[in-house]
Amino acid sequence: MEFLINLVLLLFLSAVTVAIIGVRNLFAVVVLGGAYSFLMATLLIAMDAVDVGMTEAAVGAGVSTVLLLSALHLTKTDEAPARHSNVLPIALSVLTGLVLVYGTWDLPRYGDSDTPMNTHVGAEYLERSIPETTVPNVVTSVLASYRGYDTLGETAVIFTAGIGVLMLLKGRRRREDEKEEDRS
Amino acid sequence: MRGHLILRVVSKLLIPFLLLFALYVQFHGDFGPGGGFQAGVIVAAAFVLYALIFGLREMQRIIPPAALEVAVPLGVLIYAGVGVLTWFLGGNFLDYGMLDSHDPSHGQHLGILLVEAGVLLTVASTMLLIFYTFAGRGR
Repeated sequence: MEFLINLVLLLFLSAVTVAIIGVRNLFAVVVLGGAYSFLMATLLIAMDAVDVGMTEAAVGAGVSTVLLLSALHLTKTDEAPARHSNVLPIALSVLTGLVLVYGTWDLPRYGDSDTPMNTHVGAEYLERSIPETTVPNVVTSVLASYRGYDTLGETAVIFTAGIGVLMLLKGRRRREDEKEEDRS
Repeated sequence: MRGHLILRVVSKLLIPFLLLFALYVQFHGDFGPGGGFQAGVIVAAAFVLYALIFGLREMQRIIPPAALEVAVPLGVLIYAGVGVLTWFLGGNFLDYGMLDSHDPSHGQHLGILLVEAGVLLTVASTMLLIFYTFAGRGR
């Protein structure tokens, strides 16, 4: 049953990807991107990664779709026709895809309990989390307590992203305003 | 957006529940899936929905951009501040067990609650601030 669900979701996912490549209208591309994120979130939930699925649904399908739409508001809604032949990009994409598929051959089987990640630190966390922190959700105790440094770094990354966007977009706007003042 | 009666009524009904769900995800993160990152983006999505339906100006009247510019670094400061606090209480950086002298596990819960609050603040306000800057340029 799970195999069937995954198969259907992956088929939908590839259909959406093909549609994104084919469609020239950027509004449709943004909406299809939202659909892609929702399918991805469902797939992640089917793989029991509920935390990641929630983030994907809220960020990928929700906030970033709105951000792309508001960016689209500032530009044209149709993709400009390609100036160069697209044989080389297609060949490069297919080659990269093949290399990635080749890479998955070396991955351990999904859900295998004998892999290093399940026998080495992972087992240690599962064993020690509840006696040491009494937090039932091991994901949270690893994220916020055992790996608190990493999460602090992630928060700092988001902070930096926000500051970066602010400096790029707000700074330029102020300069344009000044130019207008100079002219008048 | 003057018309769109159905959109306005439905989003007004939905937004309180969206925010309530975000708080559930935030405070239930110890027990179920979720935490600061997830709750933060849900809060941001709820406010973005409000801004889409009722207009950016109306949204900025409720949460002015200046307040967000304070909230973004404040979240990181809360997080790092908890780490510094545990230093002064005699532990390592981000050693939450030190926050409660009687029972280290209570300290763990308190520490996770505080840092997740910091994460929520930074994530939600950054998302909203990026939305403000993008949407504000169109006018």
